[in-house]
Amino acid sequence: MYDSFSVLVGGKAGDGINEAGALIARLMDRLGYRVYVEVDYPSLIRGGHNFATVRCSADKVACRTEELDVVMALNDETVERHGERLADGGTLVIDAGGENGGDDAGGEDAGGADSKATTAGSAGRVVMGVPLGDILKELKAPPVMRNTCLLGAFCKIAGVPWEALEETIRAHIPRKIEQNLEVARRGYDTAEQRTTLPALDLPHLPVITGNEAVGLGLIRGGCSAYVAYPMSPSSGLLHFMAEVADRCQLKVVHPENEIAVMLMALGMASAGQRAGVGTAGGGFCLMVEGLSLAGQAELPITIMVAQRPGPSTGLPTYSCQTDLHFVLNAGQGEFPRVIVAPGNAEEAYYWSAVAMGLSWRYQVPSIVLTDKMLCECSFSLDLDALPDVPEYDVPLWDGASPYRRYALTGADGDAAKDADRGPDAAAADRHEDAAAERGTSAPEVEAARGDAAIGVSPLAFPPLPGEVVKIDSYEHDERGITTEDPAITVRMQDKRRSKWRGLEAEVEKLEAVAVGGDPEAATALLCWGSNGGVCGEVGDELGLRVVKPLVLSPFPAAHMERALDGVERLICVENNAGGQLLRLMRVNGFEADDAVRRYDGRTFAVEDLRAGIEEVLS
Amino acid sequence: MTRDAAEKQGRTQGSADVLTDAVNTWCPGCGDFGIQNAWKALVGMLAEEGIPRERIVVVAGIGCHAKIADYLNLNTFYAIHGRTVPVATGIKLANPELTVVAHAGDGDCYGEGLAHMLFAAKRNIDISLMVHNNGVYGLTTGQYTPTSPRGFRGKSTPHGSVEQPIDPLELALSGGATFIARSYTRGAERLKSAMRDAILHKGFSLVDILQVCATFNNLYTYYNERVADLDDNDPSSRDDALAHMREWTYGGEGRIGLGTFYRAEAETFDDAYRDIDAASVDREAAIREIVAEHL
Repeated sequence: MYDSFSVLVGGKAGDGINEAGALIARLMDRLGYRVYVEVDYPSLIRGGHNFATVRCSADKVACRTEELDVVMALNDETVERHGERLADGGTLVIDAGGENGGDDAGGEDAGGADSKATTAGSAGRVVMGVPLGDILKELKAPPVMRNTCLLGAFCKIAGVPWEALEETIRAHIPRKIEQNLEVARRGYDTAEQRTTLPALDLPHLPVITGNEAVGLGLIRGGCSAYVAYPMSPSSGLLHFMAEVADRCQLKVVHPENEIAVMLMALGMASAGQRAGVGTAGGGFCLMVEGLSLAGQAELPITIMVAQRPGPSTGLPTYSCQTDLHFVLNAGQGEFPRVIVAPGNAEEAYYWSAVAMGLSWRYQVPSIVLTDKMLCECSFSLDLDALPDVPEYDVPLWDGASPYRRYALTGADGDAAKDADRGPDAAAADRHEDAAAERGTSAPEVEAARGDAAIGVSPLAFPPLPGEVVKIDSYEHDERGITTEDPAITVRMQDKRRSKWRGLEAEVEKLEAVAVGGDPEAATALLCWGSNGGVCGEVGDELGLRVVKPLVLSPFPAAHMERALDGVERLICVENNAGGQLLRLMRVNGFEADDAVRRYDGRTFAVEDLRAGIEEVLS
Repeated sequence: MTRDAAEKQGRTQGSADVLTDAVNTWCPGCGDFGIQNAWKALVGMLAEEGIPRERIVVVAGIGCHAKIADYLNLNTFYAIHGRTVPVATGIKLANPELTVVAHAGDGDCYGEGLAHMLFAAKRNIDISLMVHNNGVYGLTTGQYTPTSPRGFRGKSTPHGSVEQPIDPLELALSGGATFIARSYTRGAERLKSAMRDAILHKGFSLVDILQVCATFNNLYTYYNERVADLDDNDPSSRDDALAHMREWTYGGEGRIGLGTFYRAEAETFDDAYRDIDAASVDREAAIREIVAEHL
């Protein structure tokens, strides 16, 4: 486990828990720490149990620990649920005043503080009472400022200079700054220092959520319109795009449902506008007819699908990895698609940009598969640590009349012009394609065939004087006019299918499978998406190789083969019950020896995963 | 038949022609021919109004009506059942300089895609919706639709539909549409001018076109006996519009008014997006600036 410091703030919905977590993250970021903030809340607006966990370290962290250094409780439930998680020497901060109008963090807490002190009091643990109610009353501050008061207490406990907190509050609290400072200062003065978190000599990094990173990546990829219907945990992306719409000149639309979302975005794409959409599994169900339309009509579109536990409404605000096969197979008919699965903010940025670029290069749908954990958690973002985002050209029409939206060019086009070829010739093409897919075609031949070999027709958009652009959801000829002709059907199917070859070649150029931990180790963890952080950390600790595909369609088989070279034992770690990555691996000829799975909607903590791996290895 | 094959046979029409060489498969007597014929004139009529044909985009759903996408030698998006309106909305938002005309069937747009029509009306997006309303699903060979009268005997309702038809005009009015008309595929001049007025109207326009399905629901006689021009209507009055809409409720007796029921001026949805210019932004700089705000 990396050397880190974890603090949990818990209370009811409406207590400003997420805000408190975010401010602690900003504070620690200001001191040079890399931070990770995980928010855990039920699907309701008031009440319930909310908590935010902030983990900070000199190392890049992207997961939580079970053990906590500080627990700050705005209610009893926080103490009950998380008090036991305190590390040796940890501090439990409770509301000691008990005057704070009707909240159960009042008198009961104060009364119960002794018993909790007993629980928490061993191994140098300390229960620290801060009279939040009294302080707020005295300063005539509203109840929501209890979290600011705790923030002050945290600052003192962690041995962080007051000035750092003052700067943080001034920079990030939008209203009533002076009153917040006063409240925080009282919390600071009341608490006792328990440790010293020194300022680190590391560059200060921005802290952003996965949703925001996906949004920035889409913008980097040329996105100029974002269309979405709200659905947890993807709504943050809609909110972010709406917020930055003016300065990024985005058209942000929130239509009547996800069906309209997808179809509007495809209408935009047909007119030349790069559109992104986002949703969770349930909304994606409604988008699927549009996804298939994108396949048939060869329209570029990038879709963020945020996973949350299902089936159906499931656990709306929790996390999982259960929609991989849904996105791989969604939509009637056969058509190529790109699926990327980032696991942290940098990956979310980079791969969202790549997904959009590939969509427009190949006129295919692309899916950025995320989850609640990635979408809503916050990470330190280091854009400079990323490779350059590849620039993908969009093949545009050269102006030679007539324009044919679905032109078969080059080698495929010659074949298409031979009207009498008949089905045998098409079958011969299919054999050739199959040979190419097996890798038996010489690379220079592939290169010479260029776009013709990858089934990409040049794009053009209305208005084009003297020409027409015809988009069609039916099988169609090169002009986009409906046909049921068997030979044309085969050619068009082959045209679309041949894009797989181009996509595979693009994926080969990317770091489509990341290898971490000890790259020489014979025992490897295989994971995807947001499990990358926790697997990387456990892999480092146990001396294991960590293999993580970032592209799931087209499956990066060659990368995977290299990544697994020398691996004798492979343990597949997933947040689902059925082993979805494992199934995909098997289809592609790879096998894992063991599996560690968590499917209670919660993320793996370092300790959980380590225990699971050790059990498998024992 | 491919264009190549057609070219060999010398049967293609020049690009100035409004129709493609796609083989027409509408039944003899189909009202859709009337709508297609209206387009032959409309292309010239719109050009006179400053809308050259290359700026027109026709969107169709799925159903007999939608074959018009293949037949018109214009920019087209042959979409999917029920989804003409969101596709048309997206095209208009992407490029407000385009004139976007959605064609839909009654099952398509009043059934499968009803919500989209209401929301397009609510937004007052500047697109036109031409509904080929024949009161029957033709391409799936004869089932009742949202505008079939109660008692309609179709393949899914052999004992007669037990539902009331909806009134799409009233729905569009309550949704907020700023141009609502009804027309009929008999009467070429009337149909052309209704479509033209709808297309030239700035805002969401609906033309409910009584289009007869000669094979599964031949209502020529029924319509011929009841249609009448709306010459006593004040289209600026919602009350007048509503009163005239209620004269005939898509079944039974009553005068079937043809013409413009309602017309109003209002800000359009696309106006709110018109000035957005993605090309004016240095994306990388904007990203760096936004990221810096998260420090």
